[in-house]
Amino acid sequence: MNAPLLATGTTSTTGAMPEIRYNFAYLDEQTKRMIRRAILKAIAIPGYQVPFAAREMPMPYGWGTGGVQVTAAVLGPDDVLKVIDQGADDTTNAVAIRGFFEKTARVATTTVTTQATVIQTRHRIPETALSENQILVYQVPIPEPLRFLEPRETETRQLHALAEYGLMHVKLYEDIARHGHIATTYAYPVEVAGRYVMDPSPIPKFDNPKMDDCPALQLFGAGREKRIYAIPPHTRVRSLDFEDHPFKVQRFAKPCALCAATGVYLDEVILDDRGGRMFVCSDTDYCNTRQAQGHVGELGVPGGGFPQNAVMPGRNSGIHDVPPSHPVQDVDPRVKPGDDGISGGTPPAGMTREGTI
Amino acid sequence: MSVQTLAAGFQDNVLESQSVFRAAMDAMARPGRVVPLVCALAPPAPLNAEAAALVLALCDYETPLWLDARLAAEPAVAEFLRFHTGAAIVAEPMAARFALVAEPLEMPEFSAFAPGTPDYPDASVTLILQVSGFAGAGWALQGPGIKGETRFGAAPLPHDFTARMAANRALFPLGVDLLLAGAGGVVGLPRSVTVREG
Repeated sequence: MNAPLLATGTTSTTGAMPEIRYNFAYLDEQTKRMIRRAILKAIAIPGYQVPFAAREMPMPYGWGTGGVQVTAAVLGPDDVLKVIDQGADDTTNAVAIRGFFEKTARVATTTVTTQATVIQTRHRIPETALSENQILVYQVPIPEPLRFLEPRETETRQLHALAEYGLMHVKLYEDIARHGHIATTYAYPVEVAGRYVMDPSPIPKFDNPKMDDCPALQLFGAGREKRIYAIPPHTRVRSLDFEDHPFKVQRFAKPCALCAATGVYLDEVILDDRGGRMFVCSDTDYCNTRQAQGHVGELGVPGGGFPQNAVMPGRNSGIHDVPPSHPVQDVDPRVKPGDDGISGGTPPAGMTREGTI
Repeated sequence: MSVQTLAAGFQDNVLESQSVFRAAMDAMARPGRVVPLVCALAPPAPLNAEAAALVLALCDYETPLWLDARLAAEPAVAEFLRFHTGAAIVAEPMAARFALVAEPLEMPEFSAFAPGTPDYPDASVTLILQVSGFAGAGWALQGPGIKGETRFGAAPLPHDFTARMAANRALFPLGVDLLLAGAGGVVGLPRSVTVREG
């Protein structure tokens, strides 16, 4: 029973597990071709949702399976990848996806917006202006802007075919009737190149103006809903509004508490249980860069600052090289078959390891 | 046909497909710009290396492929493409998702190819036109992907090219998308582009 696992191929140095090798960037070549063809049509018809045969990915729906497939299809060995989740490089989703591509594509990664060539994002557009050498890949949960107004796919498809977007204007009007202003604050619908109305994914409407005339190519992937769409560079993207209720973005009363930036999107951070709070940049790279330049907010620390990204501890910010060896399937030798965690060995005091949940 | 006569495909299928696709994507995203397309393919004449690379990178058993008369007259071309991509070669242009044109001066009307449907405008053809060069700047382009206006030239193209592109633009969001391949580069002309003379 204690004999080592038999491995027919090569074995990894970390144990007797057979080494698992994936194709470059995980997806097989036929899948990539299918996605690439969808991307080309999406670019040719800005804002139109191209159906594609989304695959099951090794992560749950809702965690960026669409964005990951688009990234996998465009990524090359010379690319530098940045992944953000709500603006932050160090949140679970961003760390997991960055690790996924470090292992399966062995691409260099970075947290610095200006160094990246491909940026996969969940629900934010970086504050730093993008350049024409960059591709922004959005993770999209519900690509159909009319879905909550008209549940039938056959019907929404026809509405898009006829460019019949009255429903959406009625929805925005009802906002005004109820609240006195357009109360939609995220996933704010946009009209792309004067034709298709598109869901920009749940980015705050604060970011909508950044999509207009953006020099970078913007690609959108929805894995569960199996749609890809795109905004080519320098394309007119107009947020829907009315003459007497023009589109407006959120404003913040105070600057970022750490870097004193104004005109950026801020996150609220609860400090204690007595109502203490601060507002800091949602874009962690932008905040850190400003702090390194010497900008100090009211709760910031002068000299060196208070970097938000604790991502990849022990590694400097900037481009991280390709991991040296064994790109796929790191096997933790402490994990025993049937175990459900890396904390093999003695359980912490007061906890038992009997049974499974 | 003997195995020896078959020209080689990509040396490294994965990475070369990726770089060719990225060139095609950049070209489609920035209409009129000549995007370098470097490849070591030596396909059977009259198929050129750039067009062959695009087909090998993008086509497979899901994409019926149409060849113009000049390419269809050379059985080695169909054999090469069929072997490396697995794509069905179709005689009916309307059935094709990709169409390869070696002689743009004599190509059929764009209306012979699938423009998509109002519900599914993506169900349309991508035309790959072989050109000998991108010299001159005979046309002015506007549209998504272009900042302001850009100049573009290529030869050979149909004599009524401007009229064809205007008719194609009028169909938007339906229409055909063009990739011009040759002389070490690729140029994209998606249906969203407006082409003007002069």
